[in-house]
Amino acid sequence: MKIETAPNGRLTLRLTGEIDHHSAAAMRKTADAALIRFRPRELVLDFSDVSFMDSSGVGFVMGRSKRAAAFDCKTAVCGLKERDRRIMKLSGLESLVAFYTDERKETT
Amino acid sequence: MKKLNEMKLTIPSRSVNEGFARSAVAAFTALADPTVEELGDLKTAVSEAVTNCIVHAYRDTCGRIKIDAALYEGGIIKVRIKDFGCGIADIEKAMTALYTTAGEERSGLGFTVMESFTDKLQVRSAPGRGTTVTLTKYLNRKDAK
Repeated sequence: MKIETAPNGRLTLRLTGEIDHHSAAAMRKTADAALIRFRPRELVLDFSDVSFMDSSGVGFVMGRSKRAAAFDCKTAVCGLKERDRRIMKLSGLESLVAFYTDERKETT
Repeated sequence: MKKLNEMKLTIPSRSVNEGFARSAVAAFTALADPTVEELGDLKTAVSEAVTNCIVHAYRDTCGRIKIDAALYEGGIIKVRIKDFGCGIADIEKAMTALYTTAGEERSGLGFTVMESFTDKLQVRSAPGRGTTVTLTKYLNRKDAK
């Protein structure tokens, strides 16, 4: 995972590799540590470099967006592949999290 | 239905095997010349089924997961994922989208994803006697999902 911060209070987490129940545990730790450390105003989860995900990816987004919301930080997801987007849609997450089609949407 | 090819695999329910199991099924399925799309769909469905065995069937214990896949004439692939864990008391409830007993990091979408990404999903289970999930996918068909 690559962590990028911007002066406007945005924290971008660029997820890499495969997201399943096994790999999600470590990703969760890294992401939550970054959330606590940077306390961003906006969290962007970038899936551009994710080569595979199952519903564990949905759980990951749900969990992080909840934690972020606890200190009024909005969550956005971008860079999803077609199948991953279909999985996300099954969850009804759209009401909680902003989804962007392009890779790195400017979300001011 | 004539069986053209088959494979069997037994693995312990360790989470590191989730990736191995879906890749093994994908490698077997690749022999039948599926589209990238079909292969990806099946991989995702297998990942969900195996994860269920690890997260639910065996919870904090470790048990055996048996996976067998078979290719039939006409491009029909069947993958059976079997565990000998706790079993499911209410299958209908377990299959309900967003329902989970595993806490807030699990989305409760496992069965929903399996249903969406295959052509047929069969679940057989009894408390204390384990669960068998059978995924069927039609390859190279225009009417396939």
